[in-house]
Amino acid sequence: MSSFIDRLLGPRVSRAEASAHSLRYGTPGVLLLGARVLLLVSLFLPYWHMELQAPQYPSGLHMTAFLNALTGDVAEIDGLNHYIGMRSLYEAAALERTIGVFIMIAFVVMLEFAAYIHTRWTALLVAPVVLFPVVFLVDLHLWMRHFGLNLDPHAPLSNAVKPFVPTALGKGGIGQFVTVATPGMGLILATAASVVLIVALYFHRRAYLPLVKQQRSASPPAVTG
Amino acid sequence: MTIMKRAAGKVRLTLWVLAGLATCATQANAQSMRDVEALAKERGLTTADLMAAAKTYLPSGVKDEYLMFASSGHAGHVFVVGLPSMRLLRSIAVFTPESWQGWGFGVGDKSLEEGFPQGKSNLWGDTHHPALSETAGDYDGQWLFINDKINARVAVIDLRDWETKQIVKNPLTLSDHGGTFVTPNTEYIIEGGQYAVPWGSDYAPITDYKEKYKGSVTLWKFDRNRGRIDKDQSFAIELPPYWQDLSDAGKLASDGFFFMNSINTELATGGIQDKKPPFEAGASMNATDFLHIIDWKKAEKVYKAGNVEMIKGFPVITLKTAIAEGILHVTPEPRSPHGVDVAPKGDFIVISGKLDPHVTIYSTAKIKQAIANKTFSGKDEFGVPILDFDAVVEARIEVGLGPLHTQFGPDGYAYTSLYLDSAVARWTMGGSYGAGTPEPDWTLVHKTPVHYNVGHIAVAEGDTVSPDGKYLVSLNKWSVDRFVQTGPLLPQNLQLVDISDDGTKMPVIYDMAMGVGEPHYAQIIKADKLNSWSVYPQVGWDPHVQNINPMAPKKGMERVQRNEDGSVDIFMTAIRSHFNPEHIYLKQGDKVRWHITNIERAVDATHGFAVPVYNITASLEPGESVTIEFVADTPGTFPFYCSEFCSALHLEMMGYLMVEPN
Repeated sequence: MSSFIDRLLGPRVSRAEASAHSLRYGTPGVLLLGARVLLLVSLFLPYWHMELQAPQYPSGLHMTAFLNALTGDVAEIDGLNHYIGMRSLYEAAALERTIGVFIMIAFVVMLEFAAYIHTRWTALLVAPVVLFPVVFLVDLHLWMRHFGLNLDPHAPLSNAVKPFVPTALGKGGIGQFVTVATPGMGLILATAASVVLIVALYFHRRAYLPLVKQQRSASPPAVTG
Repeated sequence: MTIMKRAAGKVRLTLWVLAGLATCATQANAQSMRDVEALAKERGLTTADLMAAAKTYLPSGVKDEYLMFASSGHAGHVFVVGLPSMRLLRSIAVFTPESWQGWGFGVGDKSLEEGFPQGKSNLWGDTHHPALSETAGDYDGQWLFINDKINARVAVIDLRDWETKQIVKNPLTLSDHGGTFVTPNTEYIIEGGQYAVPWGSDYAPITDYKEKYKGSVTLWKFDRNRGRIDKDQSFAIELPPYWQDLSDAGKLASDGFFFMNSINTELATGGIQDKKPPFEAGASMNATDFLHIIDWKKAEKVYKAGNVEMIKGFPVITLKTAIAEGILHVTPEPRSPHGVDVAPKGDFIVISGKLDPHVTIYSTAKIKQAIANKTFSGKDEFGVPILDFDAVVEARIEVGLGPLHTQFGPDGYAYTSLYLDSAVARWTMGGSYGAGTPEPDWTLVHKTPVHYNVGHIAVAEGDTVSPDGKYLVSLNKWSVDRFVQTGPLLPQNLQLVDISDDGTKMPVIYDMAMGVGEPHYAQIIKADKLNSWSVYPQVGWDPHVQNINPMAPKKGMERVQRNEDGSVDIFMTAIRSHFNPEHIYLKQGDKVRWHITNIERAVDATHGFAVPVYNITASLEPGESVTIEFVADTPGTFPFYCSEFCSALHLEMMGYLMVEPN
């Protein structure tokens, strides 16, 4: 068991060695810490905005998605959406909004572990976090698609508005409304975290791969680790 | 020679360059000032006309700088006009039911009933003098009060939602004109009675005029927290039956006093049918009438000490007490006066007698001195001490014929309307105001003709401690030839006068036809002082109490509920573009409480609720919840609908009320 953990954690670096090459061994840890901070801050920031522009709403209608909440003129947009038979937006991604914060906390814990591990398993812990912004957008797109394509056929404007796929990012349109969807600062920070993590993996590899190889050659029977 | 040639060449070059630039500019904007000139020439507009247009025109979306709250006379409403555009922005229904606002057709009925005189249904009013609430003598933009001359009533309007909240009926008298005016911190709303009647308008032959007919002024206590007049903290002061007229509260130097004119110190009783002098002659016989000087802070103390008589269930400081306690003094004023207007610092009081070409300016300091020294020229026939005229007058200025009302600018100018001259006079004040104007103190500077027969005038914040000047509105009674003929009933003409320049420059820059009522007085407030709501703060709001109504129908809880006592509660919501429920079955004779909430949050998403036969129409602004009570006494099938065009499917926003016959 302990040998499994040892193999998982990979070679340890002595204090003397670490202080002699502080930049080499410090960089991955610092970057992983930076990514954690970015993700934690992103929790409090909006991930996605949508603005609906129409002549009779001179200041537009605004909707903002946080990881755990949907805010803005949602009720008003829902009210308008009933004309085309779209379900209430509050029903969209309800699970995601419930668990979003916990996933983010799990990510932070995973990155904490990733900083301790000096083997290629680090990549496995980091990968989901790196992919998170993409997953967020894909999930968003699928929800929009699901809502846009499943309109109530008995809605007042069913004959006028056919099912459609709202645009998850960029400009779209429905009726007299122009929709403009933009990423929020939270999503930008999460994306920045992904970039930082990729860089961190590079430096992690540069710092620890030689040690892993060294260890492997010193004890040939060891399993790949 | 060569130098001149070279200079000429330079000029020519410059001209070419300028011409080139001008061409570029023209091409860029497609229009130039030359087009404006051509259009002006074609339409016969002068430079002054173009200037007037430039000063008043607001492009779409640009908002007015000032709001004018004007009475509407016997239309019974309040009108709100934007300045400088002179666009009518709103009417606010007060004493008269108004179906667009749904006032008095299911909603507001109880407020109207509260004001019924002697319990009789009275569904109109004669609004004269709006008064914005004040803090330290300046408009604070929170409340508006207005009187009803015909039945002596006062209404309270909340300026968050621009809706009438309360109507109080004066229990003592039947007509008021000297109201409404507020004390500097809106402690009291002053309502001066006008045509004397026996207390409570009881019967008495006019031969008993002097003994039984009474004058009075009522001080209504305003409770800001509740947004209501507190009748239990209000009181009146008995006055001689002189037909008290306009009044104004003192401020700063004259804080604690208010001033009232009177127009029938002759105690004329008319009788033209018996060949006696008609009122118009009898009440104009004396050379002077009486300015009433009332110490309201002293009166408040006397009232609080309980030194009052309960008359018609209302506390009254009797005339005897008022005299004994030094609350009331009078002093002669030019006969048949109209306006009594207190200068911004409270140090002067300006009075115009309609039949005297002067404005007469009284000094607050001299009045106080005369009261302290008892400089009396006698007592009137009721025993009221008369302050010696010469001891209290500061100045008299001949301004023209038929002076009525005075307002003030920020710079030491005062403005007086001249009814007979059909003009607005500008004159200079003296004392500490004198330095503000280039002309000598207490002199007439200019008269601007207006069209025609001006009554009140209103200057931007011109009756406060800090007038803004800039704009003056002349509220003209006759328009004669100013507009396209509209049948024999003509609109009023509200003329905007630019008073931002000094001296003789004060041109009329806009004529606004007011064809929906007759504004008397108006007050003009800086628009940014108001904190108006764009929608009600929360869904389920009851505007009458300005709070959430826990009974308000909510989304998902719509229903028709039959109660044990046989009454029916309908809980309905309204949102674009449907009512819920849409089918209402009732039985003939059902007692119905129909609750409706407009659950919209979008600005301007107002729904109407209109039921035929049953005389019901309500205006439901976003968030508003109302309850309409009626007895379903008429069986039948009644399509009800949204009466305010709300959406593309507005016509479909309807439902059926089906009342099954017994």
